[in-house]
Amino acid sequence: MLLVPCPNCGPRNAGDLSYNGESHARPDPKTCTPEEWRTYLYLRDNPSGWLVENWYCSSGCRKHFKIERHTLTGELRSAILPGSKPGLTKGETK
Amino acid sequence: MSNRLPAGEGEVLDRTQALSFTWNGKKLVGFEGDTIASAIMANGHHVFGRSMKYHRPRGGLTFDFWDPNTTVQVDNEPNVRASHRKLKAGMQVSAQNVWPSLKYDIKAANGLVGRFLTAGFYYKTFMKPAALWPKYEHILAKFAPGGEVDLDTPHGRYDKRYAHPDVVVAGGGPAGLSAAIAAAEAGSSVMLVEHEHHVGGHLLWGSEADRARATDLVAAAAAAGVEILTNSTVTGRYEDNWIAISQRNHPGVVERLIKARAKTLVVAAGTIERPYVFKGNDLPGVMTSGAVRRLINLYGVKPGTQAVVLSANESGDAAIDDLRRAGVSIARVVDALTGERIVAANGSKTRVKEVILDDGAKIKCDLLVTAVGWTTPTSLLNMAGDRPVYDANAARFFPAGAPDNVLATGGMVGDGSIEDLLEHGRATGELAAGRAVVVAHRLQAATARATAVVSPEPNYPADERTPLDRWPHPELFRASTHGIVDYSEDVSSKDLYSAAAEGFDSVELLKRFTTATMGPSQGKLETVNTVAVLAQARGESIADVGTTVWRPPYAPISLGALAGRINEPKRVSVIQPWHEANDATPILAGQWVRPDHYGDAAAEVRNTRENVGIIDVTPLGKLDLQGPDVSKLLSLLYTNKWMQLPIGGVRYGIMCAEDGVVLDDGVTARLGEDHYLMTTTSSGAGTIWNWIEMWLQTERPDWQVHVMPVTTGLTSINIAGPKSRELLSRLTEIDLDPKAFPYMNVRQGTIAGVDDCVTWRIGFTGELSYEIHVPSGHGLATWERLLAEGKDLGVKPFGLEAQRIMRLEKGHFIVGQDTDGLSKAPVTGLDPLLKLDKDDWAGLPEVKWTLESGDHPIIVACQPDDGSIVPEEAAQILRAGTSEIVGRITSSRMSPTLDRSICLAQVAKEFAAAGTSLEVLLVDGHRITATVMEHHAHFDPEGERLRG
Ligand SMILES: [Zn+2]
Repeated sequence: MLLVPCPNCGPRNAGDLSYNGESHARPDPKTCTPEEWRTYLYLRDNPSGWLVENWYCSSGCRKHFKIERHTLTGELRSAILPGSKPGLTKGETK
Repeated sequence: MSNRLPAGEGEVLDRTQALSFTWNGKKLVGFEGDTIASAIMANGHHVFGRSMKYHRPRGGLTFDFWDPNTTVQVDNEPNVRASHRKLKAGMQVSAQNVWPSLKYDIKAANGLVGRFLTAGFYYKTFMKPAALWPKYEHILAKFAPGGEVDLDTPHGRYDKRYAHPDVVVAGGGPAGLSAAIAAAEAGSSVMLVEHEHHVGGHLLWGSEADRARATDLVAAAAAAGVEILTNSTVTGRYEDNWIAISQRNHPGVVERLIKARAKTLVVAAGTIERPYVFKGNDLPGVMTSGAVRRLINLYGVKPGTQAVVLSANESGDAAIDDLRRAGVSIARVVDALTGERIVAANGSKTRVKEVILDDGAKIKCDLLVTAVGWTTPTSLLNMAGDRPVYDANAARFFPAGAPDNVLATGGMVGDGSIEDLLEHGRATGELAAGRAVVVAHRLQAATARATAVVSPEPNYPADERTPLDRWPHPELFRASTHGIVDYSEDVSSKDLYSAAAEGFDSVELLKRFTTATMGPSQGKLETVNTVAVLAQARGESIADVGTTVWRPPYAPISLGALAGRINEPKRVSVIQPWHEANDATPILAGQWVRPDHYGDAAAEVRNTRENVGIIDVTPLGKLDLQGPDVSKLLSLLYTNKWMQLPIGGVRYGIMCAEDGVVLDDGVTARLGEDHYLMTTTSSGAGTIWNWIEMWLQTERPDWQVHVMPVTTGLTSINIAGPKSRELLSRLTEIDLDPKAFPYMNVRQGTIAGVDDCVTWRIGFTGELSYEIHVPSGHGLATWERLLAEGKDLGVKPFGLEAQRIMRLEKGHFIVGQDTDGLSKAPVTGLDPLLKLDKDDWAGLPEVKWTLESGDHPIIVACQPDDGSIVPEEAAQILRAGTSEIVGRITSSRMSPTLDRSICLAQVAKEFAAAGTSLEVLLVDGHRITATVMEHHAHFDPEGERLRG
């Protein structure tokens, strides 16, 4: 089981958190096309490598945060709470 | 006939403790310390059962944890490893896979089996015709391996433990012990896990000096504070050294699953002796050199009277010495190092009788011992990402590299004297401890508050261990004849050849097609021989063929251990003791135990419609929302408008997920300027809390809203019926006059002497009703007051079933019952609540497009034309006279109020108009007709009762 570093609680078993999947920007619901909205809903890059994803510290501090995970090695880095600094965006690497 | 030797120095028996047991009904005696198999062998029996497919008699092969041939039934427990399980007095042990008896096995005798059971028989023999499958299943079940499961067996007690050791050492041989001691002495907390009953590994059946060394190591480990777990297996290594340990020796439990988060893992799993593949290699009396060494030295059992030994290494030579000491005559030593080979073994049905050598010589014997080399059980390293590489010179695989926090030592990584192995283990333990310190520091630094002073990270120790040698060993896998490769799955080298010829010539495919390596020993004995045979069949080298990837578990683990204690959480309201005392029939709704009814749900409905009823609705999800931006939040999550809700108002709303599917519904009241109380469905309480937090934290972090779940903080009671106003008025000063407190309004005040209660007028049941929310400490007292004060009004409690009937009479849909995971909001038919002119709400685009397309099913009320028939929920609605499904019944009940059956259904749009006749297919195959109603409400569609 992964050890997920919650920016608030520190490293915790992944089972203490909820996984909310690959991070995706939400399109403007007033102007978006069906393609854009359904890409937001359903399409994931699922890369072999670094991925920005959403976690929720559901059994801990109940904070939502983003983190980068290497899908091949399981390595995790750069956890941030939303709003604490500019959010990571998809595909961004360090 | 007894095969018990005189007491020996290193034996693990307590000969003062004789244990009686039965073997296939025959009474035998063993000693404390015996395994079941050693005790049976000591009594002169050497056939333990029959093989899975060919039903060939089988004797012990390795006499350790991995022995594939000594699986037995003990009392009502099937599939017990007799070469591992310790004998206990009174055990009733019997052979498996034998019918009618071990001696006369019909399936083997009639020769029926062989024809079926070629490689891949599962996939071929029973394929066609499909109509015969029930017959095939019946035949297969007869031949299925394994013992008898007694369904009345009581649940065993299983448990779990969480551990946080610095270092876990898998394997308690000399290298593992040495590593554990070194790590503990360097300051680490250490768990040492050994799957056998004693630590010490091969030292235990070695020389006097070896045994003395083992004793010293165990003492040193204890002194250093190492936690030693015997009869326990590290079954898996997962991310970040999450280590699963199956512990079978914990007092009071059958098996305990330890979940350990280790900072470093040391794998010291040793090596496992490989069987040799040749014609007759599964005859009873053919065994490995380790098997005879364990039988003689640990258990004082003489394994035969006249032995042939095929030896390619020091273990075979040591076995020869042991055999001589035990009084077994050595008929012939076949020295593999000088090129001597055996070709085949012949025997009677139950015992090897002669061995044929490649020079044609036939040697009489009743025991054939093979010492042909070693398999490296790299499973745990595989799980950490290691991909072992074959070394032809040493005739075995070696690890190629695992992550920094996983270190291997001992026989897995090379050969050497005991001193060499101990030194390598020591260096490994020290390295593991040093790295654990760094990992601990990193964890601490990651947990520390930003303001904390974090000391600089210690140096990360480099791996400066001197590698062990690799001793040369001849490559000995298969003789010139074919024999069994996988004993537990009954797969021969001939099967592997034919599978390869059929095109299953990649090792991963071959494994799955033939099931070789997929038995209870998880490939420990079979994998390398499988790879070697495939390499021969393909005419390539083992390195070219490669090996399969070992996955968890290292050894089988029981489902009981994975499940742990039966510990399903249950939630109850504070009124539950009253419900129980008053004969409520409980129903489990999600995690909540609730009263389904108090004897007669229909009577509860009638009383509520005529007088007044009260129901405990505490499981309703309740969220206290405060802050200046709550109205914006409600507008974002509900499909309808919330900006204008006045203080004191209550509104119903539907929530959608982002795909437009109905997520939840409920009412929310505005208690004050910035203060709201939201209710959710009972099952949605947790989901909606998370949902709100997600929006507030990620999409609208600038909004100021505090969310507090108060589901169990408030006891909720719905008072419904024409006399509900009269009843409530007796308990409160709140002005209940319909003009002062109209429908869909909320008031706060004192009820039954309890301050700060929230009361709202809503109408789920269709009656005039007040829902009161009182601090839960007063919940039971308030419930009892209502019953006492309303006696003359005819107040009675009603349960969930009566509420479900009444809501169906009123046509209110239930999320998850009348909607499902595909039901977008327009399915509810509540279009006026779907406000497309709002800027944004969750799921808006999908709902808009669905409404625009008009292409969606819709919820309608319908009534069977024969009102005595209640169609089953989920009954299909068909296009008349066809089998085309155009909808389904989502809710159905007999209505006590209307005295006829009533339903809600989801139907395709073209069937939604009032008056449409629907054809409903009942589960029994009959078709009935039902008519679509004008309103969702079957009863009081104008809502006069609830507004009164
Ligand atoms: Zn947290």
